[in-house]
Amino acid sequence: MHIVVCIKHVPDTTELRIDADRGTLIREGVPSILNPPDTFAIEAAAALRDQLGGYVTALSMGPAQAEAAVREAVARGCDGGILLTGSAFAGADTWSTSYTLACAVRRLGDVRLVICGKQAIDGDTAQVGPGLAVHLGWPQATYVRRILEVGNEAIVAERLTDLGNETLRIQLPSVLTVLKDLNFPRLPSLVSQMRARRGPIERWGPGDIEGDAGQFGLSGSPTRVVRVFTPPPRGKCVLWEGEPEETALKLAQALKEKRLL
Amino acid sequence: MGLKIDHETCVLCLLCIEECPYDALSDAGDGISVGTACTLCGACVDVCPVDAISIPAEGLQRAGAGGSHRGVWVYGEHHRGRLHPVVFELIGKGAKLAEALDCPLEVFAAGHELERMPGQLAGLPVSAVYLAEHPGLAEHADDAHSAVLARLIADRRPEIVLAGATSQGRSLIPRVAVLCRTGLTADCTGLEIDAETGNLLQTRPAFGGNVMATIVTASRRPQIATVRPKVMTPLKRKGETTPQVHRWCPPAELTASRVEVLGRQQAAEGSVNIAEADVLVAGGSGVGGPQGFELLRKLASALGGEVAASRAAVDAGWIPYERQVGQTGKTVHPDLYVAVGISGAVQHRAGMQSSGTIVAVNSDPAAPIFEIADYGIVGDYREVLPPLIERLGQLKAEEEREGE
Repeated sequence: MHIVVCIKHVPDTTELRIDADRGTLIREGVPSILNPPDTFAIEAAAALRDQLGGYVTALSMGPAQAEAAVREAVARGCDGGILLTGSAFAGADTWSTSYTLACAVRRLGDVRLVICGKQAIDGDTAQVGPGLAVHLGWPQATYVRRILEVGNEAIVAERLTDLGNETLRIQLPSVLTVLKDLNFPRLPSLVSQMRARRGPIERWGPGDIEGDAGQFGLSGSPTRVVRVFTPPPRGKCVLWEGEPEETALKLAQALKEKRLL
Repeated sequence: MGLKIDHETCVLCLLCIEECPYDALSDAGDGISVGTACTLCGACVDVCPVDAISIPAEGLQRAGAGGSHRGVWVYGEHHRGRLHPVVFELIGKGAKLAEALDCPLEVFAAGHELERMPGQLAGLPVSAVYLAEHPGLAEHADDAHSAVLARLIADRRPEIVLAGATSQGRSLIPRVAVLCRTGLTADCTGLEIDAETGNLLQTRPAFGGNVMATIVTASRRPQIATVRPKVMTPLKRKGETTPQVHRWCPPAELTASRVEVLGRQQAAEGSVNIAEADVLVAGGSGVGGPQGFELLRKLASALGGEVAASRAAVDAGWIPYERQVGQTGKTVHPDLYVAVGISGAVQHRAGMQSSGTIVAVNSDPAAPIFEIADYGIVGDYREVLPPLIERLGQLKAEEEREGE
């Protein structure tokens, strides 16, 4: 079975700092990493390939540097990788991103399953997986925590909902988005790292996929960011130290005054 | 003013008919004709290879200013006909937006046997409810429900659609937005109407909450936004008026699903969804082990809340994953969040920093959690929590006596 894993190269949000004077995000010196939730998608795909045979393609869209994330995906278990890159793709929102990824999946032709991480840590929207499913005309299951059965025609999976767990049979081809609960990602082995370093990563531009160029990048994006600002700071923390009994009483009193009891 | 087709230039390639998401275009034999379903979404303009289709400026303006699209819609997420609490919160915000736009506020939903739904909206400023009802929609399936809801939106043309960023909303609504060929902004914490343009200003956190971004869907309608539970405030009901009901039985090609529900189980440790709790007491690696959570459960019960956890505590197996707060868990907005033994890494903060009041108990005075806390206690939680629980019990008893 040919499985595609969609991955994203994201700024490491744990390393982001705010320029307090200018109220802007300091992006310089912030490393970009493979979106951590994607590692569970890569592992899920690699485990299915190990079990059923087949091929796993890592697919990403981003600037040339994003190739690092595709190589890491190969080191972590994918068999090959494709990076959609070029100025035509820049500035894409989730609508345009999912459209472009769908064009690439369609060009691959024999894909039966696309697996995505729960969401990317820079935008946290969780929109590209379901959007991709619609552009492909496929069904989906989001928040998958267990894959129970994979056949030729359907996949049985358990997903986490607000109410508990739900077991679904989803007809293939389909799109899954997965939770970290699903597996323990393997660490890159020496051999896989070597393969990832040398292995060819294909770069595809707008001419390599069949799609309406007007739907790529910024021009195909219905949304625009019109303003970015730092959130208003919360008031300063009232901090108590000392005797546990005393600090506990002060806190209880404060909660009472705020009518939180 | 509608879509303009230059029949001289048109080569009748019919790409526009294929592309139109609303089936509004047809080949009448003497050139492409535009039906009433056209929403001026612009899909045909983009796809036309000879630039024969255009939207006159006046038409664009009307779309932007809500001329052809009118009304604020709230998605009526429900479970077996019972509306989710977030729907009432969205009605609270939706009413303000509808007032600013001087347009009606309406609810829409899909399912089977929804006759109990309109009654649940009694006394709220909802003028109508649009129900797509079909036996095939009895079980929720993202594919069928999104197809039905997108058609309803295309037919009725609301200007704004709001939905809860629940597990259902975050799976379903992205499909609806793509089908409607319009923009979607997830997890908004602020929504207001731009007085100048009439556009919806959708503000949401990004980069793990390090920044806020305001996003606009300027040229497509509807503008769709999701909002997390507990972020908006529900309205008080006035009177008993119920909305006008519009029923629609969608065709079978829309209700067919390729997903079958085989079973449902309630979550471990009760069926509580921490995203809906008013008070959360969350434990991290500093709690030290599963037995430490006993004390947290006692504090949660004294505060009338639920227990949650950081990633560290979940990864250690002390508490189930359903209770994890943060980037790889859930995003929560309780009125009160008590973080016990949680250092406050960005990944955790991203999931809880917009809580009403934040309390932190940590033995490390340098823990970053204190940077976002309103109240902090530096100390060992094992020593701090027992007197706190006792005092809360006393205060509660006092209040009850005063109440008598």
